Amino acid sequence: MFGKLSWSAIPIDQPIPMITSGVVALVILSVLAWVVLAGHLPYLWREWITSVDHKRIGVMYTLLALVMLLRGFADALMMRGQQAVAFQAQGYLPPEHYNQIFSAHGTIMIFFVAMPFVIGLMNLVVPLQLGVRDVAFPTLNSVGFWLTATGALLVNISLVVGEFARTGWLPYPPLSELTYSPGVGVDYYLWSLQISGIGTLVAGINLVTTVLKLRTKGMNYLRMPMFCWTTLASNLLIVAAFPILTATLAMLILDRYFGFHFFTNEAGGNVMMFMNLIWAWGHPEVYILVLPAFGIFSEVVSTFSGKPLFGYRSMVLATMAICVISFMVWLHHFFTMGAGPNVNAIFGIASMIIAVPTGVKIYNWLFTMYLGRVRFTTPMLWAIGFMVTFLIGGLTGVLVAVPPADFLLHNSLFLVAHFHNVIIGGVLFGAFAGYTYWFSKAFGFRLHEGLGKAAFWCWLIGFYVAFMPLYAVGLLGMTRRMQHYDVPEWRPWLLVAAVGALIIFAGIVFQILQLVVSIRHRVELRDRTGDPWDGRSLEWATASPPPVFNFAVTPVVSGADAYWAMKVRARRDGASDQSPDYKDIEMPRNSPTGFVCAFFATVMGFALIWHIWWMVAAGMVGAFATFVVFAWRDHDEYVIPAADVARIDQVNVDARRALMSGAV
Amino acid sequence: MNILDPQGPIAAAERTILVDSVAIMLAIILPTIAAILGFAYWYRSSNPRAQYQPEWAYSGRVEMVVWAIPALTIILLGGVAWIGAHQLDPARPVEGTGPPLRIQVVSLDWKWLFIYPDQRVASLNALTVPVGSPLQFELTSSSVMNAFFIPQLGSMIYTMNGMVTHLQLRADNEGTFQGLSAHFSGDGFPGMMFDVHVVSQIAFTDWVAQAAKSSQALNADSYGKLARQSVGDAKLTFRLDDPLLFHAVASQHIPAAPGPSLDQQAEVSPRSH
Amino acid sequence: MSTIVLGHADPHHLGGLHAADHAGPASKRIVTGYGFWIFLLSDIVMFSCFFAAYAVLSGQTADGPKGSELFDLRSVAAETGCLLLSSFTCGLASIAADVREKTLFQLAMALTCALGLAFLSLEVREFASLVARGAGPTRSAFLSAFFTLVGCHGLHVSAGVLWLLTMMAQVIAKGFRADIQRRLLCFALFWHALDIIWVALFSVVYLLGAGQ
Repeated sequence: MFGKLSWSAIPIDQPIPMITSGVVALVILSVLAWVVLAGHLPYLWREWITSVDHKRIGVMYTLLALVMLLRGFADALMMRGQQAVAFQAQGYLPPEHYNQIFSAHGTIMIFFVAMPFVIGLMNLVVPLQLGVRDVAFPTLNSVGFWLTATGALLVNISLVVGEFARTGWLPYPPLSELTYSPGVGVDYYLWSLQISGIGTLVAGINLVTTVLKLRTKGMNYLRMPMFCWTTLASNLLIVAAFPILTATLAMLILDRYFGFHFFTNEAGGNVMMFMNLIWAWGHPEVYILVLPAFGIFSEVVSTFSGKPLFGYRSMVLATMAICVISFMVWLHHFFTMGAGPNVNAIFGIASMIIAVPTGVKIYNWLFTMYLGRVRFTTPMLWAIGFMVTFLIGGLTGVLVAVPPADFLLHNSLFLVAHFHNVIIGGVLFGAFAGYTYWFSKAFGFRLHEGLGKAAFWCWLIGFYVAFMPLYAVGLLGMTRRMQHYDVPEWRPWLLVAAVGALIIFAGIVFQILQLVVSIRHRVELRDRTGDPWDGRSLEWATASPPPVFNFAVTPVVSGADAYWAMKVRARRDGASDQSPDYKDIEMPRNSPTGFVCAFFATVMGFALIWHIWWMVAAGMVGAFATFVVFAWRDHDEYVIPAADVARIDQVNVDARRALMSGAV
Repeated sequence: MNILDPQGPIAAAERTILVDSVAIMLAIILPTIAAILGFAYWYRSSNPRAQYQPEWAYSGRVEMVVWAIPALTIILLGGVAWIGAHQLDPARPVEGTGPPLRIQVVSLDWKWLFIYPDQRVASLNALTVPVGSPLQFELTSSSVMNAFFIPQLGSMIYTMNGMVTHLQLRADNEGTFQGLSAHFSGDGFPGMMFDVHVVSQIAFTDWVAQAAKSSQALNADSYGKLARQSVGDAKLTFRLDDPLLFHAVASQHIPAAPGPSLDQQAEVSPRSH
Repeated sequence: MSTIVLGHADPHHLGGLHAADHAGPASKRIVTGYGFWIFLLSDIVMFSCFFAAYAVLSGQTADGPKGSELFDLRSVAAETGCLLLSSFTCGLASIAADVREKTLFQLAMALTCALGLAFLSLEVREFASLVARGAGPTRSAFLSAFFTLVGCHGLHVSAGVLWLLTMMAQVIAKGFRADIQRRLLCFALFWHALDIIWVALFSVVYLLGAGQ
């Protein structure tokens, strides 16, 4: 009846997961109870859960990322704690638990923190920057988000029911085959990634189509803000790379569920094929994450230097070059497989070539500050912190692209330090910069600056204290994923690294505090004009938060930095008193398709993990029925009359006129 | 285990490449970091002496320079990578005193088996090699992937079931060093550290003679027992009964080792108490 | 305080690079078709992984049967015929939808469905006979890759048949509304793409395999 599922799947004897999940369950239940008792449920259902508004979906993606960041960071603290105490001892985490933690940490941080964070910001901002009313496929957008959330939910269910993978964040066979990993851990990994992977693919298709086909009048490709360019590049990579992940994981699933022989030791399976396939996805994935961050930094540096981005053409070229080359370097993840000198050298050099466009980007940001007027706001601090930190990460990255150096450093903590250097220093700093920069756009009030700066300094210092020692201990030969060790020289470095993790923790506390304080002081922090930073691109041309239709009258663009040009014109010619010509606006109706679909996907995923076949069938039928019901709708749009548009817009127009007359 | 303190020619050459590459890159990166901090500070909005040109965003000359700097650095480093990848290819023979010593390595769950086919001996979890001799390693795995790595001798390499990888090293100084598995292989993975004894040529001959007198024999039968999952095994020596054992493992004539058995599962899994 | 200098409106010196202003967002039909094309490209990327896996593993028969001992080219030719013909009838359905000819549309779709089902039944028969002869997907890595590649295409055809039936019902219930027309466009693209994949599959798997 319930497949492999029984009461023994719940780790009653394990205090850590039981207490954690107990507390989390209590928090979730009390939040739910509060939502229901205070009568917020209809509002949440109507305005958020079923919303197909790209801004709301963007906010929900970001919220998912922030919550999962807490989970992933808790894993990180436990690992640093374990390695700090497990010198000539077993520490407090037995291997089977420790191995789950580092696997979950990597999986969560990449798939459920970094991915939703950047996809959320792209969703929120790109249609606004392009001057349009929504993304290409609003309902599919909601489906994509909820499928991602399903994946995150399944990973977290594994904390309480069963176990998570103990194979590392990329489950290399044969260790991940049924012979060596008979538990459900790898199955949790596989199905949560398959389901969230479909969500990511949908988001990618949606955003590519949006950038290529939905731009306002006059928004030529070479007038797009840099963030739109990097969004295009990143989502092209999603469309081209995620199917590879889907296919690879499907092969592993067939091996585990039906005894196929893609990657087994027996009957001719080939382990090296897994490594090639998974990294053919995995390396582009790195650029899927970091390119949007580059876009955010481009916006932030240009805004807070009060200048257009330097070398825009170079920047576009560099972005697209990275997009293409990132598919030609995957083999550098396994130079130590013994593939031969020519193969290693060619892939090593290809990997280094990516450093050229990346270096160009750094110099272009540098020259954007040159002759500018730099304001040290929180987003700008993240950007400057990024530029310095990312250079160090780039150095160590090029270093491990030299095959003989990689022969010494592969899989060591030096490598771990390197990729945290680029993912924290690049992706996460970028996401935080974007979060602070666009928060007021999403909610209508700014985040508290002082606490934001405190969080930045804790993160920056904490990062260096946590990861510079890992570079050092990697040079001392320490490899990754050690549950305990006996080498005395390693220990001091690992103790310092644990302190660094605590400093980062202080940064996270400041971020939570910042959010709480900002919400409490939202009246003082209110953004009345919609343009709190003296911005340059179109998202600042509308109110904060923008009305559901984004722009009362869609803007017409005649050059780069469209909103900046409008402001310059308004200052020169005086604000126009003419009331715009409002028209009726058609907007897509909200739809529960995404949520219902994700519900069935969760049921199906859970049933597949535990081999409950009747439940799998029920989930599939339910998902198909949902789509048919959705397809049967007669009215998927509604009309906002011109009079309402005018009324909603008036507040914003007044605020802007006041701003303009004040500024001139 | 410090890789900056090499004990053989391969590790020394790799360290040189590592240090040189860092030096080349630092020459570019340090001035760039200084410029980032300097520009940000000088052009701060509160500095009345700083020039402000709100429209300046294009200079063909500057762009040429910013493409040229990383491109030239990478051309230089690309040359280092090309030459290094060829000269330090793991399979490339190494010069040394005396005839090469063949060592066959099998990674087991979770220990290392070293087979000396020409000396007809074998050892578990401890590698003994003569100083100065070229060491020719052939490596495979009994079950899952591992990576064989002696940091102070250089070049790690994967071990995979059904496949043989090749590695050539040399140790130049006597002493005891440590090796480890550098690829995660399951619950007993951290226990896969092993001692590397680099001894004089005479002492090595003595060690071989001692090992050949070992009471334990290594053949398909005893290999089968060793291949089962276990942690914390003693360092053992064997006389080698079957000199073709390694080939039987690598060609999968001896099937891949089993994973966790049910009673072992009870020891390692918290979920089945 | 320095005054804001209003320079040229083209700070990046891009003047000559674009001739005309972008005309604004594309129509819904174009956006939908475009998005679906991108989906199809991603689907083809997925298939190319299975093709690559097949190419890597095609020699790994683990002392089991090779392709040339297993493939029945006559049955495969019949499958190919069904699928190619179904693309023709699918094209007829598209034309019928364009001219809003309900009867012709339903007839052409029904024919497409029948041909798709015939293809599927031939494929199922082939798979069943292979399994019965002890050449199932667990026999060797080669057969794993073969069953996965061909089976994945078969699953796509099955999904296509399900979609086809839904579209027939939708046209009966809703007529040729604009949104239904957009879905029909996507369906036609999907069905033709399956043909293209089958041609590659037929050549790489069956023709090359039978020759070995």
